[in-house]
Amino acid sequence: MANGVQAVPDARATTELVPVITPGHSFVSVTEKISKIVLRKDTPIGWFLLFALTLGVSGLLATSLGYLVFMGIGIWGNNQPVGWAFDITNFVWWIGIGHAGTLISAILLLFRQQWRTSINRFAEAMTLAAVACAGLFPLFHTGRPWLAYWLLPYPNTMGMWPNFKSPLVWDVFAVSTYLTVSALFWYTGLIPDLATMRDNAKSRIGRRVYGLLAMGWRNSAYHWQHYEVAYLLLAGLSTPLVVSVHSVVSLDFAVSVLPGWHTTVFPPYFVAGAIYSGFAMVLTLMIPIRAAYGLQDFITMRHIENMAKVMLATGLIVGYGYSLEAFMAWYSGNRYETFMMWNRMTGPYWWSYALLILCNVVTPAFLWSKKVRTSVGALFVISIVVNIGMWLERFVIVVTSLHRDFVPSSWGRFSPTIWDFSTYIGTLGFFLMLLLLFVRFLPMISIFEMRTLLPSAKVDEAHGHGH
Amino acid sequence: MATHMTQSSQPAVHGLIAEFDNPNALVAATAKAHRDGYRKMDAYSPYPIEELRHALGAPASRLPVIVFIGGLIGAAAGFSLESWANAVAYPLNVAGKPYISWPMFIPVTFETTVLFASLSAVVGMLALNRLPQPYHPVFNHARFSAASTDRFFLCIEARDPKFDLKRTRAFMDTLGALEVAAVEG
Repeated sequence: MANGVQAVPDARATTELVPVITPGHSFVSVTEKISKIVLRKDTPIGWFLLFALTLGVSGLLATSLGYLVFMGIGIWGNNQPVGWAFDITNFVWWIGIGHAGTLISAILLLFRQQWRTSINRFAEAMTLAAVACAGLFPLFHTGRPWLAYWLLPYPNTMGMWPNFKSPLVWDVFAVSTYLTVSALFWYTGLIPDLATMRDNAKSRIGRRVYGLLAMGWRNSAYHWQHYEVAYLLLAGLSTPLVVSVHSVVSLDFAVSVLPGWHTTVFPPYFVAGAIYSGFAMVLTLMIPIRAAYGLQDFITMRHIENMAKVMLATGLIVGYGYSLEAFMAWYSGNRYETFMMWNRMTGPYWWSYALLILCNVVTPAFLWSKKVRTSVGALFVISIVVNIGMWLERFVIVVTSLHRDFVPSSWGRFSPTIWDFSTYIGTLGFFLMLLLLFVRFLPMISIFEMRTLLPSAKVDEAHGHGH
Repeated sequence: MATHMTQSSQPAVHGLIAEFDNPNALVAATAKAHRDGYRKMDAYSPYPIEELRHALGAPASRLPVIVFIGGLIGAAAGFSLESWANAVAYPLNVAGKPYISWPMFIPVTFETTVLFASLSAVVGMLALNRLPQPYHPVFNHARFSAASTDRFFLCIEARDPKFDLKRTRAFMDTLGALEVAAVEG
């Protein structure tokens, strides 16, 4: 026993030592390395090419939405009985992706996970872009987006108020709160770095704009004191918030009586799925960016492997959710539940369920291998497969449950139109365009938090206690 | 602000600033200045240093109280909006449930609690830090921009009752700083 306890830390010591920041960096090198990406004059040509591409795809989104407003939502394929289809699938998918940012920033901060520091800023920006894309779908699914403010409680001449017992109203509050708090968290985290940008900017416009955004931050000990308290409190508030958002989204389904939706496993299984897809998207984006900007010193294999481990863990929870759904459908003895599950596996959309299991349960099993977890190429592929799998999961839940419910006379089929695809692809372009702008104009890694990780940042206890 | 008015007869000096190249020297110098009786001073560092607050003798931040009150207001606002809207303004019978079915009102109450508390945290932090602040004299020091990269500064301000240009400068020369300079007010 004693030997075993002894042996474990020794064996792990070699792997645990992969640092969160490559040794040899100083305050100056960390600051320059990260701020140079933004403050350089020569924007890489690749950035312009990608920006032009994503701008074009965003144009496709604008066209699709413009045509939808002009014609009505009949241009989409959803119709009775499948009233929710690509739009809600995409909404849930994007919101789920948006969960990684706050999870990395808030929950890992509370757990004092130092490795969060290199990736939290980028993941938060990804959250904001993803939630912006998510919001478009319910907004335009209303058909008259200019009347979307009817969802909000406000005194009106109709004398009507929202039904607060409806999960759809909870959703409005959950998603708008999540967007607001994520934006606050992100901006608060940026303030000291904006001051760094102000102080390092060469151009007059740069100094002005970053100076304005930094609001006069001067790195004072009094500033830092209130700042740290505010940041910690925001982390504490965001932690239950991030869990609540996807739980509320899952209640949109679970509160209804439809077989396939009416299940208590939904909230935890949705939250795990959200984290799973969020980490997959962070990996999909971080792996090329890390290579393109030469950030291997700050985003080390430790970060990459840890993200893979989180994916493996949440993937297992998601897999457990799938098996529990199938088990409960059988164990309940309810003929509608049993039929729903059988139809999901063998009905007209069997391929989506089969692909879902392949993408979300089989593929992440490769992550048990350390060789795979430390191979950037393999992880890039797996992360994309998981993104596809998580999209399929929402498609399976939304479409296969709706298309055949209790009464065979009301059964139907859903097939997407070209506008369903163009809107979805459009949001992908819009999402990437927002991230390209972020990477170009704001520091994508938290500079001041990276400084705290340097050995030279430590204050000796002997000097620390002056009185 | 009143102290500024009474000292307007003094020469236009914001204070004396000492520059250091490592956090230990700054913390030690700040603690020494505090022991020497200086109170109106501020320390600047490129990242948060817990020990600096103790060395400055700064009281604990009042922000948690502000956030707690913000959260309570959010909870009360959310729950009373729901109850009033669904029971008074537009009584809505859903499946024969009571107008005020409190468990159904918890999700929105939770969201408004978090929203108000988070807004209080950010607005409260900015207010306690007196931000946004377009001008501050410490920026007049030419080297000050290094405070956001790799340098550490201690500024003893002229509004400190113990401040005397010559004597304070002599004191600051003993702190082992790279440079001591006057900051224009």
